[in-house]
Amino acid sequence: MFDLLTNKFENLFYKIRNKGKLSPDDLDDALREIKLALLEADVNFKVVKEFLENVKTKAIGEKILESLTSYQQVVKIVNEEITRMLGSASSGVVFAPGGPTIIMTVGLQGTGKTSAVIKLASFLKNKYQKKVSIIAADIYRPAAVLQLEDMAKNIAVDVYSESNSNPVSISVKGTELFRKSGSDVIIIDTAGRLHIDEKMMKEIVDIRNRVNPHQIFLVLDAMTGQEAVNIASTFNQRVECDGIILTKLDSDTRGGAALSVYYVVKKPIKFISSGERIEDFDIFYPDRIASRILGMGDILTLVEKAEKVVSEKEAKKIEEKIYKNELNFEDFIGQLKSIKKMGSLDKIFSMLPIPDKNRIFKKINLDDSYLSRIEAIINSMTVEERRKPHIINGNRKKRIAKGSGSSVSEVNKLLVQFSKTKQMMKQFSGKKGKFNFPTGNL
Amino acid sequence: MLRLIKNLNNIWNKFKDNRKLFWDELEEQMVASDISINTTGKILAEVKKYVYSENINDIEKIKILLKKQIIEILKTDGGGDLKISTTPPTVFLIVGVNGTGKTTSVAKLAGMFKEKSKKVLISAADTYRSAAVEQIQHYARKLDLDIVSHQKFSDPGAVVYDSLEKAMARGIDLVIIDTAGRMQTSYNLMEELKKIKKVIMKKIGREVDEILLVIDSTTGQNARNQAELFNNSLNLTGIILTKIDSTSRGGIVLTIKNDLGIPVKLVTDGEKLDNIHFFDPEGFTESIFS
Ligand SMILES: Nc1nc2c(ncn2[C@@H]2O[C@H](COP(=O)(O)OP(=O)(O)OP(=O)(O)O)[C@@H](O)[C@H]2O)c(=O)[nH]1
Ligand SMILES: Nc1nc2c(ncn2[C@@H]2O[C@H](COP(=O)(O)OP(=O)(O)OP(=O)(O)O)[C@@H](O)[C@H]2O)c(=O)[nH]1
Ligand SMILES: [Mg+2]
Ligand SMILES: [Mg+2]
Repeated sequence: MFDLLTNKFENLFYKIRNKGKLSPDDLDDALREIKLALLEADVNFKVVKEFLENVKTKAIGEKILESLTSYQQVVKIVNEEITRMLGSASSGVVFAPGGPTIIMTVGLQGTGKTSAVIKLASFLKNKYQKKVSIIAADIYRPAAVLQLEDMAKNIAVDVYSESNSNPVSISVKGTELFRKSGSDVIIIDTAGRLHIDEKMMKEIVDIRNRVNPHQIFLVLDAMTGQEAVNIASTFNQRVECDGIILTKLDSDTRGGAALSVYYVVKKPIKFISSGERIEDFDIFYPDRIASRILGMGDILTLVEKAEKVVSEKEAKKIEEKIYKNELNFEDFIGQLKSIKKMGSLDKIFSMLPIPDKNRIFKKINLDDSYLSRIEAIINSMTVEERRKPHIINGNRKKRIAKGSGSSVSEVNKLLVQFSKTKQMMKQFSGKKGKFNFPTGNL
Repeated sequence: MLRLIKNLNNIWNKFKDNRKLFWDELEEQMVASDISINTTGKILAEVKKYVYSENINDIEKIKILLKKQIIEILKTDGGGDLKISTTPPTVFLIVGVNGTGKTTSVAKLAGMFKEKSKKVLISAADTYRSAAVEQIQHYARKLDLDIVSHQKFSDPGAVVYDSLEKAMARGIDLVIIDTAGRMQTSYNLMEELKKIKKVIMKKIGREVDEILLVIDSTTGQNARNQAELFNNSLNLTGIILTKIDSTSRGGIVLTIKNDLGIPVKLVTDGEKLDNIHFFDPEGFTESIFS
């Protein structure tokens, strides 16, 4: 556990540690790292290029090279830029004055259109007390209508469908019917289609021309790769979208597609879907996505927290000890306490930019009780044992286990982990010269 | 499809003037195909090594070098076939994240083996999604195949058990199991899949013949996480790459093969039942340069 945690902290803080003044080369290095992060996040490569040019101009303009915390500042600027860009998007639905608001969803196959239609219907119904109805305009996918009807039942919303008809006439008839029956919002669920499928693209153009939806939303899978830009551009060219519904954000994707699409198509992300349940749907918050795309978790918050908790002097002392390979359990417990001061472990962990957190989380059983157990074991050691862990023999282990209410194997595990950590740190400090201990001297 | 270096000719003049720019653009084009930056770097490093040591100055030769590197990664040495057990029923388990094309692929696979005169049974183990059962039932009817399904929200493990019982009783050759879409990050749902796998292994007394992860070719870097986590839970035998009729190039499968060793076995290129094909690394790579 400790191994892993230090490892992550270490990389993280090593990267963002105060590098003093940044040279122009350093700035390029920082930007290159950000470029990699953005590409790994599926931000379109053309967007990355342009975007970083802008950031560079801005960084130079703000004279951050002369600042003392320039690396963090570069990250901050990038973060701000992304947030600003995504944030200039207005959120929510605009309701048509007078008659019913007609909404149409479009998108590639399997992106989550039908689910989004249901979720949006439920959202508008509950949040705005609107009478919502749905039109089933997917005549291609087997059981598409059944899927819609089954889900609509749960939220008590009417669905209009027809067999042996075509999507254009279904949409026309459905809107007429629901207009008469006094619906406030009418949502059309269309079939999935490839943006290059001319016949199918013409179909949604026809529906649009006949029904004149007030809002057309492109449903975009957050896991989409580099092509997201072309896909969104084409849909937008053909039917002019008003916004994007970003789905499947419950995956561990970094979601760079969202940024690319916004950058190129300039259409706001209106809603996000982050799960299969009807409640897993919300208005889009730009700042959450920005740090996710950067893979920074809430690094900046973490940095601030850590700064508060660990004094510089303390950190220096530890650094020296690592260098001399003298780190012992007394320091260790001091570190544990510092970490605990930063908040509950899972909270801290959730802020770290580690992909696949959940799995690691499950595997190492990272909870605060585990930390407390470690603390208890260390507390049962004598001062001498803490300072010179190598003297802990079999008898001492038994005593420590008994004193801390744990088992000898738990004590063993801790000792092994500790010595591994120590080794690792030693290596690290040897290689990189001056090394800042993970929780200090940022 | 994967015409990733289609603009190679366009950037060729840059090779003569400014090599760095040439390599940068080549890198961009590979990244644009969703090949990860690491895999791209690895491939290009190899190519560059030759180009510089042998002083290569010919675009055709560089293409050949690139192709060689890509084929090197994608080739499977005969491991691209689907395993058919000598003791029927053979069992294929189809898994993946939501909406990638699992159910459609199950139907296509079933159709493919029906053509080969195999007795196929479909196991509708997605008991979660609305109308998932009706969707696969539609295909089973169309193909005139046996299907086993239970009520909505029933235990998928029980569906699988029941399917295998019936398959054994009826002398079925191949059972193909459709499962609900799930995020690789969902601990509980991944555990559910492990349980399904156990049920199968217990019933047939061997490893599951094929556990295929369905990956949507429009997916970016997350597909690697998908492959890694599904593989950790289940030991995948291969990948079905779907929707290659889109404009995405599915380059992430290169990264998956390179990093995790999991081969693509099948590709699908449309919504019709016969839009499924065995994956051919050489052809795939060849098509990059066509
Ligand atoms: N995990 C997760 N799954 C989602 C989300 N949104 C949709 N899904 C799932 O994705 C799959 C496809 O969703 P649909 O709503 O049927 O997608 P669609 O775009 O209507 O599909 P087609 O009509 O076939 O083009 C289903 O399994 C949904 O439950 C989401 O935000 N998170
Ligand atoms: N263009 C194209 N569409 C495909 C292909 N394969 C599947 N689809 C479409 O993708 C959508 C989702 O397919 P499904 O088979 O329902 O996907 P799934 O993985 O079973 O979805 P869930 O069970 O909801 O997770 C449907 O609209 C299919 O018609 C393909 O090769 N090309
Ligand atoms: Mg649908
Ligand atoms: Mg399915």
